[in-house]
Amino acid sequence: MTHAEPFPMVRNVGLDGMLVTFADTMTEPSNRAALAFRGALQDAGWDGVLETSTSLASAYVRFDAARLPHGEIETRLRELLAARDWYAEALPPGRKLWRVPTVYGTDLAPQLDEAAAAAGLSTDEAIKRLSRTRVRVLTIGFAPGQPYLGPLGPEFNIPRLQELTPMVPEGALVLAISQFVLFSGPTPTGWRHVGQTAFRCFRPEMEQSFALNPGDEMLFEPVTQAELKRIRAAIEDGTGGATCEEIPA
Amino acid sequence: MSLIVRRIGPACTIQDQGRQGYLDQGLSRSGAADLLALHEGAALLGQDPDLAALEMAGMGGEFEAAGDIRIALTGAPMQASIDGGAVVWNASHRLAKGQRLTIGAVLKGAYGYLHLGGGIATDPFLGSRSVHLTAKVGRAVEAGDTLPNGPDKGEAGRKLVPADRFSGGVLRIVASFQTSLFDQATLDRFTRTEFRRGPRANRMGMQLESDGAGFAARGQLNILSEVITPGDIQMTGTGSPFILLPECQTTGGYPRIATVLPCDLPRAAQTPAGGAIRFQFVTLDLGTALQEAFVQDLASLRRRVEPLVRAPHDIPDLLSYQLISGVVSAQD
Repeated sequence: MTHAEPFPMVRNVGLDGMLVTFADTMTEPSNRAALAFRGALQDAGWDGVLETSTSLASAYVRFDAARLPHGEIETRLRELLAARDWYAEALPPGRKLWRVPTVYGTDLAPQLDEAAAAAGLSTDEAIKRLSRTRVRVLTIGFAPGQPYLGPLGPEFNIPRLQELTPMVPEGALVLAISQFVLFSGPTPTGWRHVGQTAFRCFRPEMEQSFALNPGDEMLFEPVTQAELKRIRAAIEDGTGGATCEEIPA
Repeated sequence: MSLIVRRIGPACTIQDQGRQGYLDQGLSRSGAADLLALHEGAALLGQDPDLAALEMAGMGGEFEAAGDIRIALTGAPMQASIDGGAVVWNASHRLAKGQRLTIGAVLKGAYGYLHLGGGIATDPFLGSRSVHLTAKVGRAVEAGDTLPNGPDKGEAGRKLVPADRFSGGVLRIVASFQTSLFDQATLDRFTRTEFRRGPRANRMGMQLESDGAGFAARGQLNILSEVITPGDIQMTGTGSPFILLPECQTTGGYPRIATVLPCDLPRAAQTPAGGAIRFQFVTLDLGTALQEAFVQDLASLRRRVEPLVRAPHDIPDLLSYQLISGVVSAQD
């Protein structure tokens, strides 16, 4: 096994949830284990399960304790855990790769320079590394459709700001702790605003309201301000000019 | 048929039982802050508890009937009248075309509900009509809006004695996955403390205040962001607790000391500012049994509906919860 005791842990979340936690920090294997285990929970289709989801390093299941008592679901979860080395599991099938046109820096994303400095890099080198890192949707949360993406290289393990930036717009790509967040709506944040996209994660007016799923991957490819402006004018489907391809299983 | 909104309080939203299954997309359930009130309204109108109603936080509004329509009033009692004549809360009534229903400030509790015969029939989004203000799904109702209702036929002039849940009280909690981040002395002090609902409260959560020190977890600042469920009691950086409600975020990094049982969330949400709250730990087994009893009680509401007659206790001036509290409890 590729993990340290006491993980994985099985614990209850209030009266109607169980949480299977693979680590107390976000690591690539613990996130992959959470995604794979959640996929297996979905496939198992136990009677009494109401909903499943993942957080950075855990899989969550909400259930009806009247139909699936706590003791019973805990036993089943532990059996499922023991059935495989989840830290060595492949990611679930059906994932997508998104390539998103992104303006790095400029007045659209004014905190790139200080993020690069905090990472000990020149601005150009930071853009090169950030735009070439294929990041995974580690989890979706805080706001509808909003992904936490990573991991980025350890040089980007920079702290959140003490002072919140009062407001960054929808489509803002922000950076802290070796992760990106791609904001689904205007919001104050302590993460540094390093890129700007026209990608809308939450599109309530459309048939497919949510663009992303946990486990999807993203590449934020550099474009000029003029190009992003052209995209905003020409493309109205919420993709912001992003392309999408299936990741082969 | 519909109701036309002539005046409306600042925080009135259309709510049903909420939107399930989008937690993995960062969208919490939303839904009525007092789900029991939705069931009471459905029982009074003899209709499905999945139908949507108008949730009114603190203040109602003035509504004109565009045609003959049945209504019911539940949840936190509010001053209510039809064309100037006072009407009973926790009851169903008829409005004839052109009649005006006026609902004033809350008398006790926090959230009152206006139900329409046939339910409020706005367009569902992802399987629910619940507005989710935090997620920007829908918006608060405004003057000039129309509240359309679904197909309807049935009786009015019925009443129901509500479970008294409008003044705070004891909330039953279970230990949750982060409870052990708090030491035993902190947990003991937490259950000994009488809290007051603070001024900061909305559909996301409600702040609790107490005298004395806050309730800090060990290593509070270094916790990985983790799943949130409504009813979680979250400790902010200052150690002051918030009970999280239907529009809570789906994940968060503040530690949670315990989780309020779903069956006690109506009481939690209905606690008015300044209302006293205490917490009592129960085991998962007892919590499950209490929740089961609550669900069974919901199913019996329809049998407890009575005709509204002009008896002394139906006259609004005399309608005092002191007279009837303890007669029926949803927790029994």
